[in-house]
Amino acid sequence: MGTVASTPVRRVRHRSSSAVALLYLLPALLVFAAFFFLPLGRSIYLSFQRSDLFGRPNGFVGLRNYELLVTSGEFGRILLTTFAFVLLTVVPSMLIGLVLALLLSERIRFVRFFRTAFALPFAYSVATAAVLFGVMMNPATGAFNGLLSLVGLGPVGWLTQPPWALLSVALTSVWMQVGYNLLVLSAGLGAVPDDVLEAARLDGATGWRLQTRIVMPLISPQLFFLAVTGTIQALQSFGQIHILTRGGPDRSTTTLVYSIYDVAFANNNSNFGAGSAQAIVLLLVVLVITGFQFGVLERKVHYS
Amino acid sequence: MTTTATVAPPTSTDDPSPQRRTRRRTPSALGTYLGLGVLFVVLLFPVYFGLVGSFMGSADLTSFPPKLFPVSGLHPENYANALEVIPLGRQYLNSFVVAALVVAGQLVTSVCAAYALVFLPLRARTFWFFLLLSTMMIPWEAIIIPNYLAMAELGLVNTIAALALPYLAAGFGVFLMRQAFLTFPMELRDAARVDGVSTFGFLWRILAPLTRPSIAALGVWAFLSAWNMYFWPLLITQAPENQTIQIGITQLQSVDANDPGMVLAGVALALLPTLLLVLFGQRFIVRGLTAGAGR
Repeated sequence: MGTVASTPVRRVRHRSSSAVALLYLLPALLVFAAFFFLPLGRSIYLSFQRSDLFGRPNGFVGLRNYELLVTSGEFGRILLTTFAFVLLTVVPSMLIGLVLALLLSERIRFVRFFRTAFALPFAYSVATAAVLFGVMMNPATGAFNGLLSLVGLGPVGWLTQPPWALLSVALTSVWMQVGYNLLVLSAGLGAVPDDVLEAARLDGATGWRLQTRIVMPLISPQLFFLAVTGTIQALQSFGQIHILTRGGPDRSTTTLVYSIYDVAFANNNSNFGAGSAQAIVLLLVVLVITGFQFGVLERKVHYS
Repeated sequence: MTTTATVAPPTSTDDPSPQRRTRRRTPSALGTYLGLGVLFVVLLFPVYFGLVGSFMGSADLTSFPPKLFPVSGLHPENYANALEVIPLGRQYLNSFVVAALVVAGQLVTSVCAAYALVFLPLRARTFWFFLLLSTMMIPWEAIIIPNYLAMAELGLVNTIAALALPYLAAGFGVFLMRQAFLTFPMELRDAARVDGVSTFGFLWRILAPLTRPSIAALGVWAFLSAWNMYFWPLLITQAPENQTIQIGITQLQSVDANDPGMVLAGVALALLPTLLLVLFGQRFIVRGLTAGAGR
């Protein structure tokens, strides 16, 4: 024990055994194996299987589940809804978060108060936010239509009319997301060195120019991070759709993830084969986006 | 306190002199406050309505247009009603037990794995690192069907174990702790080795105490994610007494759609722990998210 290692280095030479390290990796590896890697394999397997009435895999059908998906006509609409939902969620939440972060980076009073207040929506879970917005979006008694009526507008069928329903679900998601975006962007802005801003100001850059030419490029890693993680998170949204619209009206809020639930679990459908095929599509979409993220980051690292 | 502002709406000034500009900034500072004020009202209205509404009677809430403050007195009985209609107390406890298990699990698995990745001799270190991190790229919804089937086969549906088990480790946690350990001063590690501190002793008595802020950040994030989860508890628990508070509050609405005050009271109850965390633990949340956002 008391022997002194000849050269103290972080990574001890490889001739010493990895056994101890593997022991320390084991708990995490076990959880991941049981609940990520094994199920991933089973998802792929199930997507090639027919399901019987009780959802049990019932014979290899090759790409049949995927074929049915593509030819159903419904799937194109689901992808389009998903894409619209992602766009309607990510873009506004980033814009509002950015505006808030920039406003709060000013030398003003009450910054701490405002920052804490604006971060509050971050505390809401998908269920608490969706139930709350559901109450406010109630067509007859909700606060939203009540406020609209004060200015002579409405009533709007927030959750009951096809074009509105998707907007309403997206609105709920944007609201939940803004606090997080603000925290990330504020952290980025806080790391922008003051002397850089001072130098830019001395060079005559102010206001809008300063923000767009100097500040925005400096927080581009944070913006990029939010765009990617926001997109992935929006793709995975489920609770707000399940609570507010159940994918309706007229399936106008049925996104990819909701469709997986719908096919596999809702109304005892138990069509795990078809659901798994859609799950694999989701996996591929997320992998492509993540791959894109790493590709861009890789380039940025070389660049700087 | 000066009222100088660095951001302004695009002003059409062509004056390059910085001194003069400073003086002119008062209007843009006003604009800043105005912008913040508008966004404050819009973005915090739901928070206000949710919390105040939870003390309002049905008469106020269902009148049209609805009252925005309790005109006909406060109704704290909304909370009692919510707790009575469905087993919210039991579900609250379920949520806490699940969250505690998840926090404990993620702390242990993440700290141990990161310790091995950073400090211990390990062959194919990069391979293990990416294997652990790859779990961050797998969307949970893409593997939720087989996970559900496995729990059903094991007879674990409707149990606390089923709620917590898949979340006892997370790629994010491993990543967060690895980043924290990488910045740990190597001299301390070497000094410990010279003093004959064992492998586990170094982790337990030196590394963990000195990286406590990062460990706390991981704990906060694990708690938030566990407390707030929805899809998995929805699938894996059916009996009300086995469900978590997040599922419970969605049932309030279907139980009595005409009592929004009670529904909002349930929402406020479910919100309380995470609201306190955001109010008083914000630095840990920021520490966690800057690790993810990088740089």
